[in-house]
Amino acid sequence: MRFTLRIWRQKNAQDQGRFETYEVDGISPDASFLEMLDVLNEKLIHEGKDPVAFDHDCREGICGSCGLFINGRAHGPLPNITTCRLYMRHFKDGDTITIEPFRAKPFPIIKDLVVDRSALDRIIQKGGYISVNTGSAPDANSIPVPKPAADRAFDYATCIGCGACVAACKNASAMLFTAAKVSHLAMLPQGQPERRQRVKRMVAQMDIEGFGHCSNTGACAVECPAKIPLAAIAQLQRDFIWANLTPDPQIK
Amino acid sequence: MSEILTIPIPTKTEPSISWTEGSPILENRCPSGDLEKRWTRHKDSLRLVAPHNKRKLEVIVVGAGLAGASAAASLGELGYQVKVFVYHNSPRRAHSIAAQGGINAAKNYRNDGDSIWRLFYDTIKGGDFRARESNVYRLAEVSVKIIDHCVAQGIPFAREYGGYLDTRSFGGAQLMRTFYARGQTGQQLLLGAYAALQRQVELGNVKVFYNHELLDVVVDEGRARGVIVRNLITGEIHRVAGHAVVLATGGYGNAYYLSTNAKLSNATAIWRAHRRGAFFANPSFVQIHPTCIPQSGEYQSKLTLMSESLRNDGRVWVPRTPGDKRAPQSIPENERWYYLEEWYPSFGNLVPRDIASRAAKRVCDMGYGVGPTGRAVYLDFSDAIKRFGREVIYQRYGNLFEMYEEITGESPWETPMRIYPAVHYTMGGLWVDYNLMTNIPGLYAIGEANFSDHGANRLGASALMQGLADGYFILPYTIGDYLATQLFVKNSTDTAAFADAEKETRERIEKVLSTKGTRTVDEFHRELGKILWDSCGLARSASGLSEAFSKVRELRERFWQEVRVPGTGHEFNQNLEKALRVSDFFELGELMIVDAYHREESCGCHLREEYQTEEGEALRNDNEYAYVAAWEWAGEGKPPILHKEPLKFEFVKPTVRSYK
Repeated sequence: MRFTLRIWRQKNAQDQGRFETYEVDGISPDASFLEMLDVLNEKLIHEGKDPVAFDHDCREGICGSCGLFINGRAHGPLPNITTCRLYMRHFKDGDTITIEPFRAKPFPIIKDLVVDRSALDRIIQKGGYISVNTGSAPDANSIPVPKPAADRAFDYATCIGCGACVAACKNASAMLFTAAKVSHLAMLPQGQPERRQRVKRMVAQMDIEGFGHCSNTGACAVECPAKIPLAAIAQLQRDFIWANLTPDPQIK
Repeated sequence: MSEILTIPIPTKTEPSISWTEGSPILENRCPSGDLEKRWTRHKDSLRLVAPHNKRKLEVIVVGAGLAGASAAASLGELGYQVKVFVYHNSPRRAHSIAAQGGINAAKNYRNDGDSIWRLFYDTIKGGDFRARESNVYRLAEVSVKIIDHCVAQGIPFAREYGGYLDTRSFGGAQLMRTFYARGQTGQQLLLGAYAALQRQVELGNVKVFYNHELLDVVVDEGRARGVIVRNLITGEIHRVAGHAVVLATGGYGNAYYLSTNAKLSNATAIWRAHRRGAFFANPSFVQIHPTCIPQSGEYQSKLTLMSESLRNDGRVWVPRTPGDKRAPQSIPENERWYYLEEWYPSFGNLVPRDIASRAAKRVCDMGYGVGPTGRAVYLDFSDAIKRFGREVIYQRYGNLFEMYEEITGESPWETPMRIYPAVHYTMGGLWVDYNLMTNIPGLYAIGEANFSDHGANRLGASALMQGLADGYFILPYTIGDYLATQLFVKNSTDTAAFADAEKETRERIEKVLSTKGTRTVDEFHRELGKILWDSCGLARSASGLSEAFSKVRELRERFWQEVRVPGTGHEFNQNLEKALRVSDFFELGELMIVDAYHREESCGCHLREEYQTEEGEALRNDNEYAYVAAWEWAGEGKPPILHKEPLKFEFVKPTVRSYK
């Protein structure tokens, strides 16, 4: 297969950046999108040009490293998939493909298609955990967790932290990301003691980082490779109101 | 797509494999006495550091996968000052995240007769009796606490309807002791350790440096004193001093180019430590996983694993007639050869990985292989779907089926998967004593980066167990024993050892950038991978290894003359990163070949064609090779020095491993 690629090139954070056009040919339909970019980069190196920088690692959809904005969509034309799990058979021979980085104010560009997503880690630092020290846990079966709750906790816990939700959102909101962690821990008995503080502090950090507000358009859930349901956001909203408006029963 | 350039290699085949033998390793700090009491008594004998002194001690942790993140979090909880360096853009990206199947623990929640002893025995037998009894027993012992801790962290393990934890069976065991979180157990466990780490960051006990790659370990007067790291965004080189250095940088399966490892996984940290004096143990012990999606073309950048858990319900077969080109569904039952069930009736499709991989190779070599290349076998779920229904199978393997379909365009609901073995895990790694310390005082290696617990073959669901055992429950105790001696040491980066290490690092970067040849790093890496896969993969022979050794050396020399690395060292340069990693794979590749050549027996993953039974099973030689081969770096181009650590079996009797 043959493609024309319009790729965002930006030398570093200070550079203004621009699109450049490249041609690739002889691509197998079974090649992944990133393997197609590998072929382009090999060609660029042989031509003495600077290869395109892009993030990637596991190439099986779980590490959350890769993230390209392809033809105006986070992770490309298919819903709920990472860029590394997108195959060239989903494009037409001769297509022109536009490739950009994930764009959001809290995701500064490092080079070309690589962005800094450490803002997401700082949200987790504000409470995306259960404060338990190594060595202090009781027997694992001492607290039964109803299967439906455990299954829902799992559904929320599968977030891979790729940032597609932010890139897809017109407000660059990190609501689905934050809600996934808040909701995961809210489902479990172990998550209850810190539940109020967690939602308040994580939402506050989201604002500090410069992520926008959620306006419930649901674009995030369409692109989310982990299929985090929008219900997570509803859960976060409920917890947030509850935590802010009702007295904490733990404080007598 | 562009033609993949093959690099012509002159035919120069004189065998040049050589090594010298050094003194045996007699001290590994393994306790003596009753096996069940060894770890407890050892812990009680370790030196302690008081809380007010812990604050004065700095520990450097490199890597934040399961082992690194769990260690850094636990050390932070204890009150040490911890600095973590990761080359990823977040500690949550480490390759532990990709582990699918599960984590073993001797909980006996199933009432099926499990015990610490049985997990210990299965693991040491699974490793074909090439691991230390003391270490493996300790691993089985602490496995129980790992599950407790992970549940307390909120990890959503699979549960039964009563709310209690579910388990399943895995290769090499006849018990159901594997805890799991659908097909994403590694992800959930890593995110638990990552969250614990982030908590320590918030509390100010741990500082994590993103996008920083270790390029050298600094050893001064025989002790580890720090590291040299490169900021991958700016290209700056930094010296970092610490009272101890912990390497948790994973395995080296990517030496083979095609493997199930993440693309960035590399051996640089452990290889640089090796060059600074740390022994490298059993480098040729590489696990080849039986159930991976076969390679489809030259452009392929990695191979994708299909979890071993699939062998719980999937049946492996090939057509009884070699070259049968019919669609698998139209081949009647009596014309299908379920070779694993036939050869190994008591374990069936759940034989250990090395055995399943070799069996697949054997049937393909005999001409029974399927698919376009003839290098694949079927993994068929139709019986299980009939027995349990689609819903149950979806619950168990839904995400794996989807992943398979995305990659191959075929649905496992309709047609059997096609699978073939691929490089997956490295049992070899830095030599460590019972305290997980290398032979360089103050330098520790944990998780896949060390060699310790899996012998010559790792059982499924044991990597997660080992990584977390090392990080949560072993290192936090043992490192204190060393740090207690370092209380009055003032850390400084202003030493000749730091200056030398920094200078050498800068020179290495300069050298690879200034070559300005005509071939890309990937072209060399692919070529190296092919040599290693063909000669040091599923089967090895003296002649094949000798030839491979000269080829690798030849290729390495060409690399330094012909590689082209664009850009400079003062910027974000992914090709420079790759070039430095691949240059280390060349040297490691040579050592892997030497190790495979020197071990004139077959054991676990290591099948020497000269040493096998008539049925093609591994033929061990316990009289001569019941030892850990710990290699010492002797200098550039010099034959490595072999130190043997004898393996004593006081509690189990090495037997011929039978899964029949």
